[in-house]
Amino acid sequence: MALSTILETPGAGFNFDNAERNAALEGLFEGGQTPKPLKTGTTIAGVVFKDGVVLGADTRATSSDVVADKMCAKIHYISPNIYCCGAGTAADTEKTTDLLSSNLSIFSLNSGRNPRMVMAVNILQDMLYRYHGQIGANLILGGVDCTGNHLYTVGPYGSVNKVPYLAMGSGDLAALGILEDGFKHDLELEKAKELVQAAIHAGIMSDLGSGNNIDICVITKEGVDYIRPYQESEYKDDRKMKYKYRPGTTAVLTEKVVPLNLEVVQETVQKMETV
Amino acid sequence: MATRTIFHSPLRPVEDEQIVGAGFAPDVSSDYTTQAEVRAYQRESVTKGDKMNSRGLRSQLKDSVPVAGLCPQGAYGLQDSLRSGFTSIKNELLPSHPLELSEKNFQLNQDKMNFSTLRNIQGLHAPLKLQMEYRAARQIQRLPFLPSSNLALDTLRGSDECIGFEDILCDPAQSEVMGEPHMMVEYKLGML
Repeated sequence: MALSTILETPGAGFNFDNAERNAALEGLFEGGQTPKPLKTGTTIAGVVFKDGVVLGADTRATSSDVVADKMCAKIHYISPNIYCCGAGTAADTEKTTDLLSSNLSIFSLNSGRNPRMVMAVNILQDMLYRYHGQIGANLILGGVDCTGNHLYTVGPYGSVNKVPYLAMGSGDLAALGILEDGFKHDLELEKAKELVQAAIHAGIMSDLGSGNNIDICVITKEGVDYIRPYQESEYKDDRKMKYKYRPGTTAVLTEKVVPLNLEVVQETVQKMETV
Repeated sequence: MATRTIFHSPLRPVEDEQIVGAGFAPDVSSDYTTQAEVRAYQRESVTKGDKMNSRGLRSQLKDSVPVAGLCPQGAYGLQDSLRSGFTSIKNELLPSHPLELSEKNFQLNQDKMNFSTLRNIQGLHAPLKLQMEYRAARQIQRLPFLPSSNLALDTLRGSDECIGFEDILCDPAQSEVMGEPHMMVEYKLGML
């Protein structure tokens, strides 16, 4: 059905028509509150150790006061040597990291190399600055490339920090306390994993928006070890009953069978060329 | 008949306006303008040496970076509720979303910045040559209501190796609404 109100093909990308409509409707329903996009609480942390980077995250996704997902994956794949933890609006972090990963894989295919951390950080920074903080994504990028082991954080307005240890999300203060206390340069692998696990655990205990299991991702020059879950929560719900109904629970009252009489009208056989 | 003003720009070279015009001679003859008049307008614009091609003025104004940002369509700048729906006066002066203006002009602003940097580094010839290529690539289009892949323009810009939000969201090839072809052609030619 062709509309005569459309005089030009609509442009691709973000469409702001609804913002206009909302502004027009605001005047009509005075006093009504417009629904705001919901942020999910989280605790994510990262530590640079002797041979690489350890990233950790909790697995709870909340939708205001209800836990929406108990096993959500907050450590996203960017490239074989770079992984990214995301805090903030869940949809924004997903889409942004997906876009980054696609751009980097095009680059890898073109040049035949693994991308460097600084390239990922620059792409993210440009993308997030362009939208002036409207995309709510707080990201911790960790990776190993030919120049060494790096840990960066990118804020929603495009700010970048390069640090040896880091925590973000609503539980970051608790996690940062543990990291500040236990961090040393050139830690061993096991010590680093314990440190990150303790930090995320502190975040889970002290923050309502974080909880359930802990995921750990270890990135070294040899490869990536994505341990999911690294530690399961002790408070897993233990349901006493099963809520599935076995067949026969509801009684059948009447049954009527109507056979469909089909006859073959035409049959054509087309040979497929299989090489 | 609507009045048309033609801008003279003596610094720009005369282009071959017929690239867009010759691609489709409008078969639709509305009540107000005939084919002869359209051809006369095309000839006029070529001889006067202006840089505009035979598209109508109003559709081209929308491409330039606007000052106020959002002018309502329709005669005398009045709100055409039948065509554009509900709006408020505030919407016409200021955008209702902080990103609206900056997103609309993002590509233009990037290009301007890049060209001025290039001019400072390499001299005037570099951006001039590049802009000539961009202009040629931008003219490779189909009829106004058909989507074009803009392959040459993408290759020049380097955006054939990048994925952004404009490739994922609101893909014009999958839009749910379709425009009326005759009206879109008329709008493009400035007859509407």
